[in-house]
Amino acid sequence: MQARDPRQKIDWSRMEEADNFAKTVRLFRQGRYDADSFRRFRLQHGAYGTRMTGDYAMVRIKIPAGEVYPHHLEQISRLSEQYSIGSAHFSTRENIQLHWVILEDVSEIMRGLAEVGLTSREACGNTVRNVMCSPLSGVCPDEEFDSTPYALATARFFLRNPMAQNLPRKFKFNFTCCEQHGMARMVDVGLIPATRDGERGFKVFLGGGLGNKSYVGHQLEEFTPEEDLLYTSISVMRIFDRLGDRKNMARNRMRYLVHDMGWEKFQNLVLKERAIVRATQSVVTQLQVDRTPGVIRRPLQVCDESGSSRDGYAKWLKTNTMPQKQPEYHTVFVTLEAGDITSGQLVSLAGLIREHSSEGKARAGFSQNVALRYVHKDDLPPLYSKLLDAGLAKSGALTMSAPIGCSGTTSCNLALTNSHRLAKEIQRKLLAMGLDDDPDLYDSSIKISGCPNSCGQHGIATIGFYGGGGRVGKDMYPNYQMSLAGRSDAGTMLGQTCARVPAKRVIPVILKIIEIFRGNKKPGDTLKSWLHRVATGAEDSDVKSISDIKKMLDPLIVPPTKDEDPDFYLDYGSDTNYHTKTGKGECAA
Amino acid sequence: MSGAVTASTDSVRSGVRDKSLRVVDVRRADDYKKDHIPTAVNLPLADLLSDDDPGRVAKLAGAMGIDNETSVVVYDDTFGALASRVAWTLEYIGHADVSLLEGTYADWKSLGLESDSDTPDVQKKDHAASVRPEILATAEYLESAKERDDVILVDNRERLNYLEQHIPGAISIPYRTLGGNGRILRSQEEMRRLLENRGVSDTSEIITYCGSVGTLSGLAYYALKSAGHKNARLYVRSFKEWKSLQKPTAKQEDASYWDLSAE
Repeated sequence: MQARDPRQKIDWSRMEEADNFAKTVRLFRQGRYDADSFRRFRLQHGAYGTRMTGDYAMVRIKIPAGEVYPHHLEQISRLSEQYSIGSAHFSTRENIQLHWVILEDVSEIMRGLAEVGLTSREACGNTVRNVMCSPLSGVCPDEEFDSTPYALATARFFLRNPMAQNLPRKFKFNFTCCEQHGMARMVDVGLIPATRDGERGFKVFLGGGLGNKSYVGHQLEEFTPEEDLLYTSISVMRIFDRLGDRKNMARNRMRYLVHDMGWEKFQNLVLKERAIVRATQSVVTQLQVDRTPGVIRRPLQVCDESGSSRDGYAKWLKTNTMPQKQPEYHTVFVTLEAGDITSGQLVSLAGLIREHSSEGKARAGFSQNVALRYVHKDDLPPLYSKLLDAGLAKSGALTMSAPIGCSGTTSCNLALTNSHRLAKEIQRKLLAMGLDDDPDLYDSSIKISGCPNSCGQHGIATIGFYGGGGRVGKDMYPNYQMSLAGRSDAGTMLGQTCARVPAKRVIPVILKIIEIFRGNKKPGDTLKSWLHRVATGAEDSDVKSISDIKKMLDPLIVPPTKDEDPDFYLDYGSDTNYHTKTGKGECAA
Repeated sequence: MSGAVTASTDSVRSGVRDKSLRVVDVRRADDYKKDHIPTAVNLPLADLLSDDDPGRVAKLAGAMGIDNETSVVVYDDTFGALASRVAWTLEYIGHADVSLLEGTYADWKSLGLESDSDTPDVQKKDHAASVRPEILATAEYLESAKERDDVILVDNRERLNYLEQHIPGAISIPYRTLGGNGRILRSQEEMRRLLENRGVSDTSEIITYCGSVGTLSGLAYYALKSAGHKNARLYVRSFKEWKSLQKPTAKQEDASYWDLSAE
């Protein structure tokens, strides 16, 4: 039996929740628990529904602040083999998901998680979802200070907290390191560390988020001091709890409340509420911020330079690693195809963290990936060599060649297309063409959702897609709405709608966009900066708007007849004719 | 050690020392020749499967010095699945006292326990073949039994294979679920909890099957026995035969679950 690593100070689990879950499933199966109440209960415990069936669940394991220890990965590896499909999935919100789990086995997974101090509690449902933190927090050269302890304290404060058990809708916190890395403006509460006269605090952004309708968050005030962090969080949640729409589930994330009310009014409400919270909260209501620095100890190494002579090392070094603010240390990103990792690779990864990370743990990233930090520069070649052996050394982790794809029709009830497989296909193509090596494409991104609901974050992608169905006469084909020039940094902007692109034309269209860019770019341009100019009307070449780009793509996206190209009418991963089919979503249960 | 499904490492060591035990190694002949548990005889699974007619199996047993009364322990290096198939076959020809080593040969070696490469001198014995049809499921038997309310059909292949195609009405318990904590079978308490959650009652008859020759489902047969389920059968020709007979199959429709696999 695994046990919790003593370095992991917070035990997120409660073993009794596993027994309670098993008992409740039995009552539900016996018809002694009504379906709606059971669904709420199930989601509260992190078990999400599965496409077209009530017999399976997806278990979403929270990784608060993204901090994951080697023995977590080993345990999740075992659980994936025993109760899931032998692979696990890194999500965009620092969760690790196990799919196609038999509902009756969910409690066994919960037991296994509790053994190592992890939980799936409040990973779904109308709760505070996993509290995210930038994978670079603590090592980012541009950060004011490390926000990780604040993210962990926030997660700890709200987990199982009665005030967060029945919100109008889900509620998300993102802590980040700096303006560049992270998504502070695309979430309910986004926080960037800031200092004023030596005092710690945050820039707090409220009311952003991606979805069927996406909004960019607003900054609450110039500077929110550290001691106001909890008061601010509580007051925002209290307002949302009180005024949020509990009827219209399709429009009840906090961003709609902010939008409907108007930012100034919402801002005033928050500031007033905060004064009340500050005055009335008990002194024991505090964030337990643990600021003890982590232990950095370089694992013993057998000197081995041979990795640097293996194929692809130079490219990997360039496109997968970043120097840290700590001299001689690097952060290494492991890119996974659409976030998927085999049980065997999880075990390999655990071993590599022990052998090569001087902090002895890793971070889940924002892009369905994993970051190994505090890797000494001399240890990069042997680490590369071992990653290569484990099938984990794909290059392009920090470039456009690592697309995001939500789970799509592989498991989600709402999906219209197989966005998951499409992301894999694009990655394979871009890597095969060596496009990960093009510096003009480094800071761009491709993100794909299988429906308009944005789990694949298409709205903030340089090239974003969301799935739907297209039709020629009676015949349907998988189709994507494409948007261009989205971004999530200091200049956060939603992508502009460009064109509908059939699934089987997505790759040629991406390549064509790169070609158009190359034909019109100016010195120093990247695809991202060039598209930004085009989208904002500041470009003076022949391509002056997103609709100019559409015109150039039009010939590529004309549907052939079924006789001309039967494959066009099949989605990736399917050999039967495409038709849209969806069940009930549970994002708003 | 009659009655127990698995034999502890300690009991096997003392059985070897006092020669009260016949140990059967079911790995390939080459592996066996390199080294094995002292006094063990070799019966590679492939040899057994080439012709598992009860008469022949009884002769093979006799040639290994096993008569109807001999205490037998079987081991492999494949998480107990191959050993289970051999043990089940001995049970099928009427051998009562057969159990599985609790760990694999790799576990044995990693504990630093004794091994050698000697081939033991074996005194030939006679083993009668008195077949026990009540632990076997044929396709024909399965087809009618699975319609009964008190019969549960268990598929022990991996989850994705099950989702793609399985015998209608089967439930999925992947073979990886059966072991744990360095043992080929999880503890009785854990196995009972899992089965209870799944609604597999003590009073049901359970039929296990896997992909082709009844190894993974053989392990499941013993997992069920260890959890106290006395009424279990092995569909020994498993899904390969079922498909070749063109019997009906079921699948999980409208989802591209294979694309979630990182393989």
